[in-house]
Amino acid sequence: MKLTLKIWRQNGANDKGKMQTYPIDGIEGDMSFLEMLDVLNEDLINKGESPVEFDHDCREGICGSCSLQINGEPHGPDRLVTTCQLHMRSFKDGDTIVIEPFRASAFPVIKDLIVDRSSFDRIQQAGGYVSVNTSGNTLDANAIPVNKQDADQAFSAAACIGCGACVAACKNASAMLFTSAKVSQYALLPQGQVEAATRVENMVRQMDLEGFGNCTNTGACEIECPKGISLENIARMNREYLSASIKG
Amino acid sequence: MSVLDSKVPKGPLDQKWTSHKNKINLVNPANKRNIDVIVVGTGLAGGAAAASLAELGYNVKTFCYQDSPRRAHSIAAQGGINASKNYQGDGDSNYRLFYDTIKGGDYRSREANVHRLAEVSGNIIDQCVAQGVPFAREYGGQLDNRSFGGVLVSRTFYAKGQTGQQLLLGAYSAMNRQINRGKITPYNRHEMLDLVLVDGKARGIIARDLVSGAIERHSAHAVVIASGGYGNVFFLSTNAMGSNVMAAWRAHRRGAFFANPCFTQIHPTCIPVSGDHQSKLTLMSESLRNDGRIWVPAKKEDAEAIRAGKLKPTQIAEEDRDYYLERRYPAFGNLVPRDVASRAAKERCDAGFGVNKTGEAVYLDFDAAIMRYGKEKALISGQKDASDATIRTLGEEIIAAKYGNLFQMYEKIVDENPYKTPMMIYPAVHYTMGGLWVDYNLQTTIPGCYAAGEANFSDHGANRLGASALMQGLADGYFVLPYTIGDYLADDIRTGRISTDSPEFEAAEKEVTDRLAKLKAGKGLHSVDYYHKKLGKIMWNKCGMSRNEKELKEAIEEIAALRADFWENVKVPGDLNTKNQELEKAGRVADFLELGELFAKDALTRNESCGGHFREEYQTPEGEALRDDENFKFVSAWEYKGAPKDAVLHKEELVYENIELKTRSYK
Repeated sequence: MKLTLKIWRQNGANDKGKMQTYPIDGIEGDMSFLEMLDVLNEDLINKGESPVEFDHDCREGICGSCSLQINGEPHGPDRLVTTCQLHMRSFKDGDTIVIEPFRASAFPVIKDLIVDRSSFDRIQQAGGYVSVNTSGNTLDANAIPVNKQDADQAFSAAACIGCGACVAACKNASAMLFTSAKVSQYALLPQGQVEAATRVENMVRQMDLEGFGNCTNTGACEIECPKGISLENIARMNREYLSASIKG
Repeated sequence: MSVLDSKVPKGPLDQKWTSHKNKINLVNPANKRNIDVIVVGTGLAGGAAAASLAELGYNVKTFCYQDSPRRAHSIAAQGGINASKNYQGDGDSNYRLFYDTIKGGDYRSREANVHRLAEVSGNIIDQCVAQGVPFAREYGGQLDNRSFGGVLVSRTFYAKGQTGQQLLLGAYSAMNRQINRGKITPYNRHEMLDLVLVDGKARGIIARDLVSGAIERHSAHAVVIASGGYGNVFFLSTNAMGSNVMAAWRAHRRGAFFANPCFTQIHPTCIPVSGDHQSKLTLMSESLRNDGRIWVPAKKEDAEAIRAGKLKPTQIAEEDRDYYLERRYPAFGNLVPRDVASRAAKERCDAGFGVNKTGEAVYLDFDAAIMRYGKEKALISGQKDASDATIRTLGEEIIAAKYGNLFQMYEKIVDENPYKTPMMIYPAVHYTMGGLWVDYNLQTTIPGCYAAGEANFSDHGANRLGASALMQGLADGYFVLPYTIGDYLADDIRTGRISTDSPEFEAAEKEVTDRLAKLKAGKGLHSVDYYHKKLGKIMWNKCGMSRNEKELKEAIEEIAALRADFWENVKVPGDLNTKNQELEKAGRVADFLELGELFAKDALTRNESCGGHFREEYQTPEGEALRDDENFKFVSAWEYKGAPKDAVLHKEELVYENIELKTRSYK
């Protein structure tokens, strides 16, 4: 396969950055998208040019490191996959592929395709936990039965990998899907009940402080989410938030 | 006496840990505020340790190379975590978990450590549930279990095929609570480049800020290395791309002994290599062997036809299939331990029965399970005369509920539907049992330097059982280290802050900057990946699933030569004072090039076969591993003396007071 890549190059946070075009040849359908970039980088290194920097680690779709806006879509054209699991068989010979970083003011670019997503960490730090110490004398794990449906739904919400595709997909760069997934996980489990009100208030406050936009119910986040996190979580968070505000 | 003191407490096995905890020194809460601890790595062991130490009141600094602690590679663990809860009432107990783990490790682990692991295993599940980890549950609301290899009970707790993710997010949430309180300061996108010793004690690290390139000094009263394993010495493995040995290797170079480097786990069920472009391998969880049956064609001509694309696996009649694990190991069948399953796959493929274009793959087939579950589901839902098609649909739904994400991952990578055609799998490097030598307190041979999780060698002997890595990481982090480190830190309550303006920090920083400059000074002939791939080929071909004296000797020579070539000719583009991923890789590969040689040397020294270490010279007539307890019932702990060839071997004799050493049999 012969392709034309148009890649965002930005040498550091203060550089203006620009798109640059790279022709590439010899790409096979069995390669992952990131392996295709490996081939490009090996070539650039051998030519004495600087390789394209991008975040990646597990390359099996679970760590949430990889990002990339590919032809305008977070994680590219396929549904329910991260960029590292996107394979080149989804493209055809002669294609032009535009590769950019995730764009959001709360995700400043560090270099090339790498962005700073520490705002997500700070939202979690504001309340994404159950306050229980490690002691060895917590309740027996089976002491509180949990309805299977609630447990399964909590799991589905907890499956979020924190990649930021929801923010990159949203025209408002809203982080509601991400934040609501964590709020929902705890809201659905008995262990999360005690701190439910302060949790949702603190996490939403931090989300706003980080400069993420508001949710206007477009639903692009759900479509682009590689883990299929449901919009229902946003509804649940709104409910939790409302009930927390009323309780005051 | 050996220089290695394991510090295993006296007394009966099942009381050692309790009595040890009762006797060791504690640090009072007010003094903990004056003590700093560095934790390198934020996976299950590091994350759990950091959170627990901060809860206790210590000032903790965490370091990880990823952009967030949540991305450590523990996140990718799929299948589950063991605990001897005996919720299934199938005869499980602490003793049985202890026994299975010792036997699974082929009698090369320390009894007292493993028993402690079994003792705290139940607490881990309690703790995680209290944190809000959404484990799988049954309809009655109780926790569900499944089985893993090498055991005869169901003791594995799980969250679909994402157990590692859920447990790590639990540890990360516990960390977040402490970050919010100001008790943990996280240094993300930072890499430890050296350990700093002051008066013989670990007192800090030199780290590089991977964004700015700044070299930083960080001091502490103790340093915990929880940086994971070194499987990436093989280049291709199931590890994350960034997983590396640097932190552990830097500690080794400063005096921490490195134990059993050749004990590596080659996991039997991974997606086969598809071509030269391959950058990593993907695991298909061992839990799949609960329901999948492994086979190859019984006739060589069928295997050849499959490789040539002329025949499909579904066209091969039942009687023409060789379910070789069920044939060779009737008692454990498809659930034999990983080392046994991997070697058996290699044996069939080497004999010419492999499938896939490369001939290096076997089938993992869910057809029988789909029909079995489908039948049961049809009966329960009142469909007494359901058609095969209905049964199949119902069965596929059940398999999807259990392993859906794994099947989806397989389909994305291989482009085949595993519900309709058997998966193809082949063994791949997955986990390293070897690591920094630690005593019962998880302290390395450097005072104040601790190692936890996969980074240490402690609990899995020569082969790790499935669902035991998560258990060990969390046991070390939540329930062992927070106690044992206090015993050491009790002497530091009057020490005060450790200054970073000392000659020791100065010297360590200079060594780090010199090394970085040297990496940049290569002649620029080949990229870092070029060397890493070459190293990986040597390791896989000569130090992989089976090893022999001749090839190990060749590997030692070849790795040393490759290392010299690397330092002279490597090409590292970009600057030192900026984000520079090639520079990061170069430092890691440089360390792999030293570790690889020690690995081969260790394998050469161990003239026996045990667990994942299979020496062709030492096998039974049936091709099973032949252990030599008389001469090799010890932990190899290597002391750094410059080049890997000069490393000095120290032996920790393993003492078995509670378990009788037997030939490990799964027949």
